[in-house]
Amino acid sequence: MSQERADLRRKRPALELRACVLEEIRRFFHERGFLEVETPVRLRAPALEAHIDAEPSGTLYLRTSPELHMKRLLAAGYERIYQIGPCFRRGECGALHHPEYTMLEWYRANADYEALLSDMRGLLAAVGASPLNGSRPVRLDREWRIWTVSEAFRGWAGWDPVELWDENRFDRDLVEKIEPALPRDAVSILRDYPAPAAALARLKPSDPRLAERWELYLGGIELVNAYSELTDAAEQRARFERCARERAARGKPVYPIDEAFLRTLEEGLPPCAGAALGVDRLVMVLAGANTIEAVTAFQEFEPAPPAIPRMNP
Amino acid sequence: MYTASDLRKGLKIELDGVPYEVVEYNFVKPGKGQAMYKCRIKNLITKTTQDRTFREVDQIGKPDLEYRTVNYSYFDGHKYVFTDLRTYEEFSLDEATLGDARHFLVDDVEVSLLFHNGRVITLEFTKPFVEKEIVETEPGVRGDTATNVTKPAKIDTGYELRVPLFINKGDWVRIDTRTGEYTDRVSKG
Repeated sequence: MSQERADLRRKRPALELRACVLEEIRRFFHERGFLEVETPVRLRAPALEAHIDAEPSGTLYLRTSPELHMKRLLAAGYERIYQIGPCFRRGECGALHHPEYTMLEWYRANADYEALLSDMRGLLAAVGASPLNGSRPVRLDREWRIWTVSEAFRGWAGWDPVELWDENRFDRDLVEKIEPALPRDAVSILRDYPAPAAALARLKPSDPRLAERWELYLGGIELVNAYSELTDAAEQRARFERCARERAARGKPVYPIDEAFLRTLEEGLPPCAGAALGVDRLVMVLAGANTIEAVTAFQEFEPAPPAIPRMNP
Repeated sequence: MYTASDLRKGLKIELDGVPYEVVEYNFVKPGKGQAMYKCRIKNLITKTTQDRTFREVDQIGKPDLEYRTVNYSYFDGHKYVFTDLRTYEEFSLDEATLGDARHFLVDDVEVSLLFHNGRVITLEFTKPFVEKEIVETEPGVRGDTATNVTKPAKIDTGYELRVPLFINKGDWVRIDTRTGEYTDRVSKG
């Protein structure tokens, strides 16, 4: 039997779990009155983010997230919507990353990030109760641990990024000190990020140094990012432009600003909140696997980068 | 210079003038943050390992490394002399550079020298196993073929290793030059 055939047979329980999780997600949102939507996969203007690179597709780009189109639906009166579909991020390859992956995004109009936290509790309870989900190494029913970013950094990294922003130090300490300290067997939330660490989030009205953003970690693995969405057109344009300048300075491709989205904001977007969840990672954690490859039938690998010349003959 | 996206297992890099090899490598990217590469790197001179995280924008040094295949010629009383048989160039190495490897040198044995900035930092045997005679050990226990019980023994260069109880003085044994440990008994004659 070929290696591929053997691998695919071995993956069957994981792929069945995956189907079951997708079914539970759809049931959960359907029961709460969310409408499942589909938005374009190929975009003229992928959301500008400092550290997310889009894959070109002809004269367009593959989406890195469906969020800008989702917000255009919200603005038109679709109050509760969700989408499950492929997203693409150039160059992201590792045990927890693949350039093509499955994302769940859901949005609520007239709600903020707190409301999404309660959606999240319900969703994890629903998925955790799914019958195929046998060996669960992470207790989904245990009390969630919630830290503000300030608390987490002061406790584990010895400084407060809200007091003094340092992007490089923040990213490095997050990976080296904060994430390894999060409990392996439970759900943890980091919330209230420093304002510069959230491109599309609303600032907290009571403290504009903070952005209304939370991230959920399942078994120490980052799974969900949620925002109270920024709805101010002028502020959004300023952030896009700042991001474009940052990308240009780093020698990264600069994508066009999504004018259709900015027009939507100008016309009016109700207060809203949205969350993005990596489906592959969720299935991976539920399956007790260590890589998303283990819960994905196929991975299409990019050609290896050019070989580095060997120094020795 | 390398950039972080060149990193992969086995790549040799240079940090603060010291050559390292990447022995473990993980792509990580927190939330909306920048891509990083969490690596375990091995110092090629001291052989110790440490963890190191590189950012996407980091420039990483490319060490000047070169391998040369040479053969062991002789000991001149102070140094061990190796010859490149194609160019007849000679290289003299001292005890400190060779470490335990010096005990396993036999005439004409082929080794690979790793040069960093023209200085030898490592010696590897082309064939990792060498055969050596045991010159000193307690008498063997006949019929005891257990290999998990060991006793000390010495080879001609004074190097001491653990061997199974059935090994006698005058026996030849195979030693793994990478670990310096006994592998098996060699039947001679």
